Amino acid sequence: MQKEMSAFAIGETGRIVKVLGEGKVRHRLFDMGLTPGAEVYLRKKAPMGDPLEFTLRGYELSLRKDEAQFVICEVEEAK
Amino acid sequence: MKTFALAGNPNSGKTTLFNALTGATAYVGNWPGVTVEKREGKYKGKHNGVEAKIVDLPGIYSLSPYTPEEIISRNFILDEKPDLVINVVDATNLERNLYLTTQLLEIDVPVVVALNMNDLLQKQGISVDVPALEKTLGVPVVLVSALRTHGIDELLAKADKASNVARKGTSVLSNTAHAELVGKATKIMEENGIASPVFHAVKMLECDELEEKSHPEEAKKIHAILPEDMEFDAISADERYQYISEKCSIHRKGEKIERAKDKLTVSDKIDRVLTNRWAGIPIFLLILLIVFGLTFSEDLLFLHRWFGVQFSINFEGSYFEGLFWTDGGINSPGVILSNLWGGFSGWLADLINQGLANVNTAPWAVGFINSVVVDGVFAVIGFLPQILVLYIFFSILEDSGYMARVAFIFDRIFRRLGLSGRAFIPMLMGYGCGVPAMVNTRTLNTDKEKTQTIRAIAFFPCGAKMTLLAAIAGVLAGNFHQNATLFSYGVYVGGLVIAILAVILMHWTTQREKVPPFIMELPAYHLPQFRALMIHIWDKVKHYLKKVSTIVIVSAIFIWAFTHLTWNWTYIEPEEVINMTYNGVALAPELWADVADAVANENFAALAELIPGYVEGTEGDILITLRGYEGTVLHGISSFVSPIFVPMGFGNVQTGQYAWAYTLSSVTGIVAKEVVPDTLIIVSSGDLAGFVTASGITVGGFYAFVMFNLMTIPCFAAISTAKAELPKGKLKWTLLFWICASYLIGVFVYLSIDFVWTLAISLPILVGIYVAAYFYNRNKTKKEEALAA
Repeated sequence: MQKEMSAFAIGETGRIVKVLGEGKVRHRLFDMGLTPGAEVYLRKKAPMGDPLEFTLRGYELSLRKDEAQFVICEVEEAK
Repeated sequence: MKTFALAGNPNSGKTTLFNALTGATAYVGNWPGVTVEKREGKYKGKHNGVEAKIVDLPGIYSLSPYTPEEIISRNFILDEKPDLVINVVDATNLERNLYLTTQLLEIDVPVVVALNMNDLLQKQGISVDVPALEKTLGVPVVLVSALRTHGIDELLAKADKASNVARKGTSVLSNTAHAELVGKATKIMEENGIASPVFHAVKMLECDELEEKSHPEEAKKIHAILPEDMEFDAISADERYQYISEKCSIHRKGEKIERAKDKLTVSDKIDRVLTNRWAGIPIFLLILLIVFGLTFSEDLLFLHRWFGVQFSINFEGSYFEGLFWTDGGINSPGVILSNLWGGFSGWLADLINQGLANVNTAPWAVGFINSVVVDGVFAVIGFLPQILVLYIFFSILEDSGYMARVAFIFDRIFRRLGLSGRAFIPMLMGYGCGVPAMVNTRTLNTDKEKTQTIRAIAFFPCGAKMTLLAAIAGVLAGNFHQNATLFSYGVYVGGLVIAILAVILMHWTTQREKVPPFIMELPAYHLPQFRALMIHIWDKVKHYLKKVSTIVIVSAIFIWAFTHLTWNWTYIEPEEVINMTYNGVALAPELWADVADAVANENFAALAELIPGYVEGTEGDILITLRGYEGTVLHGISSFVSPIFVPMGFGNVQTGQYAWAYTLSSVTGIVAKEVVPDTLIIVSSGDLAGFVTASGITVGGFYAFVMFNLMTIPCFAAISTAKAELPKGKLKWTLLFWICASYLIGVFVYLSIDFVWTLAISLPILVGIYVAAYFYNRNKTKKEEALAA
């Protein structure tokens, strides 16, 4: 099942399939390691549910839902 | 001498390595044209005989032009052509760190990779296969621990050797399906004689803005060979990361690499509490309260007020009286340090005055030295201890990685204001000093966000403004029976409130934009290093003392001179007695000095002798008139200007002949905020309370005077920093904004306190302005959306 990174539940893991969006922000997402194939894990949400803190490539990255929604991931079907 | 540049990710331990390499030789300056800090130092190896100049480049994730730091680092390596780049790589986070390495390797420059934090890695039971990594990357790799200064001499020895051999740039993309395309593009660059052709070719294929601008001719050619639908920037990032995960990460030996989510490190445990969904914000507020308490409180942790803690020994009469505690509670470290300096400088001032008296110095010279040195320099240095203590705490919070979490926690709130959570960090730094705070805004993404943040920083009570708050505290309590402590706290909270109100208004009107993105690494927590902290603080002390020795001394001399000189350059002594009467009868001038002495010493017998018909107990009827400052240059100018302060309650209408002093200190305060209380102290000869009483200023007028000075243009240093950091052409508007905002705040404070009924008019106007701005913004947004659709 494919899912936007912004729709992850805390503790959910996924593998990036593609990154939408355009321009500088998209390039920045690439630079920070959000490229297809990378595994991401939603660690926690800030107070009021946004921004989100992900673990990827061995470090912690915080993103807003606005940016995270550009990142499409393949996640396992919820059991 | 050779030049080695240090490049690496933020939090890779680059600065620690720089400190370890250069020791005390570091020199901090600014990069030309921008105020991003430039740190340079010298390395002198005892064992390997290597000598080199080390340049610390700003911490970056990539060489794409997303932030000014990236542009600076890129331009430095390409244009200044260092002999070698030392790429600092955090060994505990190889994957993301090596991403920058793959870009650095594309430039024609010798590179040595310093694998830092090796000690941490060993603790985790992991080791890196260095020879294999060297083979893959094609450059020397050295294991170092910057923190424990392990491997540093070896690193520099290898660097020295590598710098002797020219290196051609190589790209990981040359081993992929896109090798042909990269090869063609490189050839185009090479044919036009461009240095580092591989780097430029890859960046051009990525459609990098900077590249297209600097090489327009090649851009056309290369874009012509780039397939229409190919997103090369996505491909290149993808290939780089694939290369790293396939070729590099396997070189880690030891226990199987656990996924970060499977283990709970210390950092994670701390984070669970500090960034907790519910507790995060209260914890931050508590930390802030403790920090300010440790700096400014005279009742530490409210131990006295809440728990009745009190000490019976108070060292009465000794030097220690009131140093550590008073009847009101225990002093915070900041207050203790401040008291220590106060005692010392008082002793020093006495010593100076005694020395001057011993050599029969002319009265004007005594006055001059007291004005400039004691009232000027000593008073300003007096605030250094508390500024330092505050600064130490902020450095600890920043270095430990907590500030990044603060941005994370507050982003949601700040987004409502149109800023990212990052903007909160420079604003908080504004509580310490506006200059580094404004420099810090370079981490913000858009020009408008920078502009708004820099403007808002001026409203925060910085260390220099503390001098004003401290100086007027006694007056507030004594003359106006106000709660000065409450007012000080109010200013700290009020500064933030006013900043928020100002940002909202700007965001709705002149600085409208979509909220900038928030993409930020949350580094692992680590204990701040004592050494780095000391280096920070020493820089701060140097900076402050430099300010004192230049701006403060010059302005103190200026103020003293032009309050003692008339328009035709004659010297007058404002303290000079020009008339003396007893019961309305003038006394002979030759008696004045003796009478003044006798009054001061309460020597009634002498008074009876000096004044015919004197009745004991009526010395209050002796009227002494001092010359005052009439006729001096600054008195003239300030009196002329003072009517503009009438709406704020401290113009000539309200304070009459004293208005010039309020005007003078408000205007000279633009030089540096320390000058505001300084000027008042100088013109009142140290008796501020008496001066305020004599001037007849009202409570509202006095509060307005303080608020105006707290909110207006901060200081020369801030103006020059703002000029460098603001987008072009924005400085004049920013200055105008500061003046208008502070003027309106002053008027509002004066009217609201002295004429409470005016709130019935001013509040609706205020609300009206915000409502109008809100609808203006909504309208515009709708129009833009309609246009986009």
